[in-house]
Amino acid sequence: MEIDPETDAYSDQERSRRETDETAECAAESGVVAETESTGAKGKSNSRAERESDDGAERVPGTGTEPESDSNSGHVSRTSANPDPETVTFGWEGIRTGFLTCLPVALGVGGYGIAFGVLANQAGLSVAEAALMSATVVAGASQIVAVELWADPIPIAAVLVTTFAINLRYSLMGAALQPWFKHLSAAKVYGSLFVMADENWALTMRNLRSGAGYGAFLLGSGFAVWLFWVSATVIGAVAGGVVGDPTEYGFDFILAAVFLALAAELWEGKSSLVPWTVALAVAIVAAELVPGRWYILLGGLAAAAVEVIRYDQ
Amino acid sequence: MISDALSLDPLVVGVVLAMAAVTVLTKVGGIWIVRRFELSERFEAGLNVLPGAIVIAVLGPELANGGPAEWGAAAVVLVVMWRTESILLALCAGVLSVVGFRALL
Repeated sequence: MEIDPETDAYSDQERSRRETDETAECAAESGVVAETESTGAKGKSNSRAERESDDGAERVPGTGTEPESDSNSGHVSRTSANPDPETVTFGWEGIRTGFLTCLPVALGVGGYGIAFGVLANQAGLSVAEAALMSATVVAGASQIVAVELWADPIPIAAVLVTTFAINLRYSLMGAALQPWFKHLSAAKVYGSLFVMADENWALTMRNLRSGAGYGAFLLGSGFAVWLFWVSATVIGAVAGGVVGDPTEYGFDFILAAVFLALAAELWEGKSSLVPWTVALAVAIVAAELVPGRWYILLGGLAAAAVEVIRYDQ
Repeated sequence: MISDALSLDPLVVGVVLAMAAVTVLTKVGGIWIVRRFELSERFEAGLNVLPGAIVIAVLGPELANGGPAEWGAAAVVLVVMWRTESILLALCAGVLSVVGFRALL
């Protein structure tokens, strides 16, 4: 609101009148009639708090160095999709942002961790062995398949080959981060990749594309996943069959939801149409014909190959 | 009982660590290759479509295997994401609606 010195008195009056109106509305809405003096301001700050909490997960409380302004915090600006590796930093700020952004997702990962713990327990692994697997492998799908293959004696070759096949998609996901990681040291890049899982890779892509420049986002978000994954494994392995099916609470849908949200942001209009159609078609056909999770790799590679061929056009 | 829970069979530990090594190889392998070799612009164009393509390749079969409840919830996620651009809201809406749709459908 513009403040003209001559009409200041008037606008003050006007303002206070409007505030009283708002107060009345506010009070009527919340059923509070008394305290008309202060609720005007309160009502305002409440509505502001509500607006801000809409994108709560993306906000880092207490930091004055948010790269984006209040009004669009947590929103990905579609104009900065092209990476600028020079501005990518690696520090506590990024670790913390990644950790906090990933917490709600990590909670869902915890749901799966409990399921894995239960399965590992049924397969005959001790609590310590299950926890060791979660802490060092950090790749949910391959771990669940591995304990399903588990037998006495352990089919070592089958377990290792399957693990490799299921996790090969991570090579492609890691390679997709390279445009932002160009100027980071090998130790930082490879250290971060250790805790890369599907969920936090998706969140990291989202953050990097927004131009936030947090090179440590993958590490921070990965640590959140790791923490919940390992603790939930222990809980699941100890609890055994006590916990029910995670599908009951919709946990099984979290991964799809994260990827859908990411797809909505990765969409770049017409230029995405061809590679996405290729990826979709190849993945669906491959999922029918090829065992395991090869379809992810095949879909991604097919789209990249088509793009390489189309490059000149 | 407690000693059972904490027991570590050497063979099991070996297999678990081998799984970890194989997984680390897959996680760092791709970026190790693209960091090592100079990439042509043409190749980088292919690399640039990878994120979207992988997301779609994960989603396609996942949703194709689902039913009306998952499809409905997927639509909810997209609409909430489009309207609010908040991933947290989109996630909550998606999980709540998939539970709701499964109960209803």
